[in-house]
Amino acid sequence: MGVQNMNPDAGGHWGRYGGRYVPETLMAPLEELTEAFDSARDDESFQREFEALLRDFSGRPTPLHYAARLTEHAGGNAAIYLKREDLSHTGSHKINNALGQVLLARRMGKRRVIAETGAGQHGVATATVCALFGLTCVVYMGSEDVQRQALNVFRMRLLGAEVREVDAGQRTLKDAINEALRDWVTNVADTYYLLGSALGPHPYPLMVREFQSVIGREARAQFLEREGRLPDALVACVGGGSNSIGLFHPFLKDEGIRMVGVEAGGTGAELGLHAARFNQAGGGKPGVLQGTLSYVLQDERGQIASTHSISAGLDYPSIGPEHAFLHDEGRVEYVSASDEEALEAFGLLSKLEGIIPALESAHAVAHALKLAREMKSGEAVVVNLSGRGDKDVQTVAGLTNGEAA
Amino acid sequence: MSRIEAAFKKLRADGRGGFVPYITVGDPDLETSRALVVELARAGATLIELGVPFSDPVADGPVIQRAAERALRHGVGLVDVLRVLEEARSETDVPVILFSYFNPLLQFGLERLAEECVRVGVDGVLATDLVPEESAEFNGVLKSRGLDQIFLVAPTTSDARLSMIAGRASGFVYAVSRAGVTGARDQMSTEARRLVGRVRGITDLPVAVGFGVSTPQHVADIWAYADAAVVGSALVSEIEKHAAQTDLVTRVGDFARALLPH
Repeated sequence: MGVQNMNPDAGGHWGRYGGRYVPETLMAPLEELTEAFDSARDDESFQREFEALLRDFSGRPTPLHYAARLTEHAGGNAAIYLKREDLSHTGSHKINNALGQVLLARRMGKRRVIAETGAGQHGVATATVCALFGLTCVVYMGSEDVQRQALNVFRMRLLGAEVREVDAGQRTLKDAINEALRDWVTNVADTYYLLGSALGPHPYPLMVREFQSVIGREARAQFLEREGRLPDALVACVGGGSNSIGLFHPFLKDEGIRMVGVEAGGTGAELGLHAARFNQAGGGKPGVLQGTLSYVLQDERGQIASTHSISAGLDYPSIGPEHAFLHDEGRVEYVSASDEEALEAFGLLSKLEGIIPALESAHAVAHALKLAREMKSGEAVVVNLSGRGDKDVQTVAGLTNGEAA
Repeated sequence: MSRIEAAFKKLRADGRGGFVPYITVGDPDLETSRALVVELARAGATLIELGVPFSDPVADGPVIQRAAERALRHGVGLVDVLRVLEEARSETDVPVILFSYFNPLLQFGLERLAEECVRVGVDGVLATDLVPEESAEFNGVLKSRGLDQIFLVAPTTSDARLSMIAGRASGFVYAVSRAGVTGARDQMSTEARRLVGRVRGITDLPVAVGFGVSTPQHVADIWAYADAAVVGSALVSEIEKHAAQTDLVTRVGDFARALLPH
């Protein structure tokens, strides 16, 4: 399968990656979900309703902003554009997928929605759409993340969701997903699992990509209209990989566009200090975690490794299977930005553009600054600014002793 | 005939129900696990499931999660699980299957695993997160060495899937009593009986029922309609409770004997 063929096979495989590695109990609900998604995809009224919500509820299209002072800071060669997903309702791209999936949940007659969250952005998006449609909402969140994202926890509760702290393992996103899967396997009959990233068993990676592709479609059309051509490079951060696949996917057929996914480099290249799944010397190799075969940070016995990132949303030991495939095919490059680089970019974007980014998105900004310096004059790079930084202000203040970063 | 097949054949010939205990290897330590295998065989186990500890056991409830955490704390891996059985084999020829998540098996190497299973006397493998659709390669590797691959079936499994699974399975079929994770329950669901009835209509393979089995009454109920009862969390709980005591092995053996209707 080449990169021209961008859809997985019927079992959800991109090459050897993806698939469904789940306990048997979940096979029936996954098949039911796949059928519902397939029929919704072909249903014009579903698509119209989804588009109307994106427009009227979430505020799409999000702007494409030319970052003049950031461009100048990077040496003035390549122009840096920001796709402003941070301006979406609830503050990140996560609302796109949450709106798409809540429509599916309603279509399937499920009244109870569960979700996992790392940084809290997906949890807030899910709590929001459940409030909008009057559905019961339970969000699982690692207790470590509850600590570092207290603002989002309060937002979810305001929106009527129940937040359940997960006090197992590393107490972060991975452990929240484990607990959500256990809830789902126990309550399959009435519960919809609204997974927030391009991860997990088929059809989630495909479905989340489809709902997030609006980012790339808009960016492509906006850039084309403005510049009469396509950009030369795209940059996005990659945790599970939903904002990046959403930006990249509509450009995959366009030849010659450089695409770069930015993983969390944390504080070092050794296993345990980062969340860079493609760092093969640092413990990343193909394996099975939480329903899918992809690159996984693990030890030699196949136990999942602990990870570190300054940003909760990138702090995860595996990556969406389509990214694993695009990596092996060489279509997308994957690099990493350290905690320190992300923190620096966080401060720069705030001061130079008047935009406080999420720490996740700051990883993409950090790499875009490097890339722009290497690019030629007249070229352009589009950075996906996947979320806003309000939730991180307290963390950053703590790390910088209250000094502005 | 595989050792598993022979064991179930004998049960049917004797008109008895089977008992399948589960332990997480390395909980509380490897030497105790070895002694437990021998003791559980003496207590009347038809077959023993050796749990391979995994960091992210999504199909397990809190009891088996904690057991895996304890085993992983002293670095127990698949190599140790195999060694425990190798050492126990001088004292027992009870059929044994590995009960594992797929990733530790995959990283060990599937061919190497099958060779090692034959060498130390593992009879079959059940990977909880490996459905038949994803296991063509593994199934071939196991079958080529005469090892059984055991699959789960659940109340949510359609008849069409039951047929497909029965076509790939050998040894026995493991019927999950209810939607949910592993863990003791006060009441067994009526779903289990219905599920076993559906399986019986499709295959002659023996059927064992697990998830939630924790009392002699549960075992007796299951024996009325299935070939064997699997007891996991209830045993692991007993191990957890007496982990510090020198007579742990005897206590767990007595607990197992008390579960079996006379």
